[in-house]
Amino acid sequence: MIWNKEAECLTRKEMEAVQLERLKDVVKRAYENVPFYKKRFDEIGLKPEHIVTLKDIEKIPFTTKNDLRDNYPYSLFAVPMKEIVRIHASSGTTGKPIVVGYTRRDMENWSESVARLIVAAGGSDEDIAQVVFGYGLFTGGFGLHYGLEKVGITVVPASSGNSERQMMLMQDFGATIIVGTPSYVLYLSEIAEEMGVKKGMHKLRLGLFGGEGHTPEMRAEIEKRWGILATENYGLSEIVGPGVSGECIHQCGMHINEDHYYPEIIESDSGNTLGYGQKGELVLTTLTKEGIPMLRYRTKDITILNPEQCKCGRTNVRMNKVLGRTDDMLIIRGVNVFPSQIESVLVGMEHIGPHYQIIVKKKGYMDDIEINVELIDGKMLERYSELEKLENEIRHKLKTVLQIDAKVKLVNPKTIERSVGKAKRVIDLRNQ
Amino acid sequence: MLVKQISVFLENKSGRLAEVTKILGENEINISALSIADTTDFGILRLIVNNPEKAEAALKDNGFTVSCTSVIAIGVSDQPGGLSVALDILDKESIGIEYMYAFVGRPGDEAYVILRVEEPDRAIEVLTKKDIKVLSSSAVYEL
Repeated sequence: MIWNKEAECLTRKEMEAVQLERLKDVVKRAYENVPFYKKRFDEIGLKPEHIVTLKDIEKIPFTTKNDLRDNYPYSLFAVPMKEIVRIHASSGTTGKPIVVGYTRRDMENWSESVARLIVAAGGSDEDIAQVVFGYGLFTGGFGLHYGLEKVGITVVPASSGNSERQMMLMQDFGATIIVGTPSYVLYLSEIAEEMGVKKGMHKLRLGLFGGEGHTPEMRAEIEKRWGILATENYGLSEIVGPGVSGECIHQCGMHINEDHYYPEIIESDSGNTLGYGQKGELVLTTLTKEGIPMLRYRTKDITILNPEQCKCGRTNVRMNKVLGRTDDMLIIRGVNVFPSQIESVLVGMEHIGPHYQIIVKKKGYMDDIEINVELIDGKMLERYSELEKLENEIRHKLKTVLQIDAKVKLVNPKTIERSVGKAKRVIDLRNQ
Repeated sequence: MLVKQISVFLENKSGRLAEVTKILGENEINISALSIADTTDFGILRLIVNNPEKAEAALKDNGFTVSCTSVIAIGVSDQPGGLSVALDILDKESIGIEYMYAFVGRPGDEAYVILRVEEPDRAIEVLTKKDIKVLSSSAVYEL
């Protein structure tokens, strides 16, 4: 099934015509309504009318996460606040989140984008979907929710957590689709096992996974444990949230909704545009977004684009699963975590040294993060309670900034590896 | 009468304790009493040694987090109820004990105990008044 044949099965020429018309429009809107873009354009003598072909997009400077941070919260919005009907946010490189706003039409386009990937993955209005993404500022929960409703699927907005209850709801409400992060859904399978819930005692047949990447091995494990087809989708709050791209039932790359989100691949260091089939950093331009247009946003995600028509009949460009990042962002239980955020908490705290190490592991199927810090102050040694208080204080401060619970471990001074070059702050053991 | 005690932070990692004793040995420091307590992540080693200043410096030089505090050492008769007499006195005076531990070796028919209390000076006063033997620091370091 194809949700919107007119958008998903265009010839290359037809698609490019749509993209060019929309590109000209979004560039004009961004230039006229967002001082940040106007300044960027003026600095290099670029005018919206200089964008005549799609190739001309390469003249536009890149936008980065830092730009969003510097314009916190609303300065990149291109419409008056009364036009904005929704705010979402995700964690940035420092304590302040990255904020995005949606107009009513943005919400409509967002739901449309998500609806396409749900149908591509095999969802239909006969289905019942349990959403186990957290609802809130994170785009995952609401993004999928609206898309599911648009398709006509019965939505069970269970949100994350309370795993025993999730299993009860899944059986009693008869969910056929589960929507969440792969690590949480794998974890749920362990709960199911503990509760004695076997295949055949639930009706799940399809999983829609996003918020974090997963290896082919992890996908195979999810499919085996639940007896479902597991499909992956991709998105980021800065662009729209989920809905940028998603896999069809053939699981051979994620179809990009390129009539809304224009993809490019660049060589990360030089910024030069690369061609189809070449591995590089994904850069996205929102072609229709009104609330907060993004021109050439650097996702930092490494992937490859493939323009070949898919077995499913769709002609839109597909992207590979994300192969890595160009920065040190970690995705832990679906939450973006930057080592610099952790650093901002630790540096300047009393009793501990400035060095730290972040260790990410899998505990069962869940991500587990541990932060080692060096205890340098002997005064704390008189009472255990003092040391425990210190650990709890660090933990609490980290939670405030990161939104996730991190284990804090005090270690001896000078035992954290020092480096003369780039410090190795992160040890990620999840794929071992 | 106050005795200096060395506290050493140890993360839970094999070989840490051996490292401490090796450093002390190399510096010809003798341990007369010790106690170690641990949580799942870390431990605190408490030591009474013959030369606390030297021990503190040597351990710090080797990268350990160390502190030096005052404790008191008492001698009680080595028979049932011996310790209880001394603790009873402190309890009646409402002097709280944060922790305590016994000596490694003990001469004669007395048992020696290290006490970390809230008010060490007053503790010494009330114990001495009730004829509990409080050891001088020089006596302890020589043990």
